[in-house]
Amino acid sequence: MGDPVIQTENLTRKFGDFTAVDNISFDVKKGEIFGFLGANGAGKTTAIRMLTGLLTPTSGTASVSGHDVYTQAESIKKNIGYMSQKFSLYDDLTCEENIRFYGGIYGIPDKELKSKMEEVIESVGLKDVRNKLVRSLPLGWKQKLAFSIAILHNPRIVFLDEPTGGVDPVTRRQFWEKIYEVSNQGITVFVTTHYMDEAEYCDRISIMVDGRIDALGTPDALKQNYDTDSIEDVFIQLARSAERGDG
Amino acid sequence: MVIVSEVHKRFGDKKALKNITFKVETGELFGVIGPDGAGKTTLFRILNTLLIPDEGTATVLGKDVNVDYKEIRPLLGYMPGNFSLYKDLTVEENMKFFASVFGTTIEANYELVKPIYSQLEKFKNRLAGDLSGGMKQKLALSCALIHKPKLLLLDEPTTGVDAVSRKEFWDMLKILKSEGITIIVSTPYMDEANLCDRVALIQEGEIMQIDSPKAIVETFRKPLFGLKAENTYKLLKALKTYPQAHSVHPFGEYIHYTEKGESSNTEALKTYLFEQGIRELSINNIKPHIEDSFMELMQSKQEGKHG
Repeated sequence: MGDPVIQTENLTRKFGDFTAVDNISFDVKKGEIFGFLGANGAGKTTAIRMLTGLLTPTSGTASVSGHDVYTQAESIKKNIGYMSQKFSLYDDLTCEENIRFYGGIYGIPDKELKSKMEEVIESVGLKDVRNKLVRSLPLGWKQKLAFSIAILHNPRIVFLDEPTGGVDPVTRRQFWEKIYEVSNQGITVFVTTHYMDEAEYCDRISIMVDGRIDALGTPDALKQNYDTDSIEDVFIQLARSAERGDG
Repeated sequence: MVIVSEVHKRFGDKKALKNITFKVETGELFGVIGPDGAGKTTLFRILNTLLIPDEGTATVLGKDVNVDYKEIRPLLGYMPGNFSLYKDLTVEENMKFFASVFGTTIEANYELVKPIYSQLEKFKNRLAGDLSGGMKQKLALSCALIHKPKLLLLDEPTTGVDAVSRKEFWDMLKILKSEGITIIVSTPYMDEANLCDRVALIQEGEIMQIDSPKAIVETFRKPLFGLKAENTYKLLKALKTYPQAHSVHPFGEYIHYTEKGESSNTEALKTYLFEQGIRELSINNIKPHIEDSFMELMQSKQEGKHG
């Protein structure tokens, strides 16, 4: 693992007098699997929107893949992949059509897209359903396809926002194998999850409380620091200290 | 309290429920555990009289869901999977609305909802749409309870909710159970199964097993091992190519592993993994988790299909 591909310093975002993200500073290295944890309302989504070039920070600095979030948001968008639990694919397009559509958006040349298409269909195991509407696929397949599409343009970083919510336990694990594989290829994976066992699969994790990052380290180091044998305990200890409440 | 017998439901050519049969006793906390698309919501919609089964029967308190739906509805409290309160009404207005629909008042049943609703009262003038995750769940539960139902149907109340709010939610269910309310709750989180009296494990419209969480784990026959090494991904790949491997699943910081056949040869495994370049290996015999059982059932179902 090499140079940092995400760097933030005192990154802050306010909405009126509410500080959603409060002076967060951290680096993520190339090829790292970085788990970004926090309770509902802790500020994760706001932070991700800043890092993906969708929201301008109030203060502080951040660069993603070498691009500044204030001035180079468009370049950031070209160098990252993004998928979320809520929206990822077009339900009323087929698997192939979704791949072609996103390929077009990312500006992948036709020839390359053709071979990429076969690669994705093969790796997700969609041969028999390639011309079926995405709507008819089980959630786990959709999420695997969405992930493959999110990295179609070989981004340096992929942001995964709760990619495995509601997915069956076997497919959830296949999804993580894919994450390992991608990270092995040098793509940085920035991932949020409510499954605490998944936090253990990350190289490092951060835990947000009330807009701050209150803990950051390898899963082992955090467990040691908080004198417990599970990340869930660490999480609960920290989240219970939240003052923001979740109203 | 609830008897479901040989229920089938299809939508077009998709079989949503296949031959579902189970009973829930009065006062029980019964879990329906399965992933998205397993058929949980369809089952709940049959129980709450909103959907008619194609075949089979379901009764709630001795009343048929097809025929006696008018009598059943006041006895039920239902919390759907999607947040379905009025977002442009305040917390208090939502409560008053649901109370009046069932011909009662907040005051009449205040004692029952107090443990939950009291946490919301400081926000009672806030619009429901402006509440965040955990608070919305508490309000939805309070609204489902306000008419003192005999049976609570909670469809994925904790999906997408963080670990702390999930814990609080289950603490509330324990309180309601102690009040004598029967609860059927669905969840995709396997760890929540352990908090139920009995659970049905459901996958692709079929119930794979019904029992207490403890008994389900006890039916896991194979010796189960937790493995850890310097590089988890390398270990995972090596295990997947080992001919004796029956199941290989990442599980937090460990990889859970079983071998084909009844017994296991860990010495041979160690030798193989060393040859594959795996270092700092530890292997421990461990107790299965309910998620191990679920995956084993899924796997044997798959193998049954193909062979």
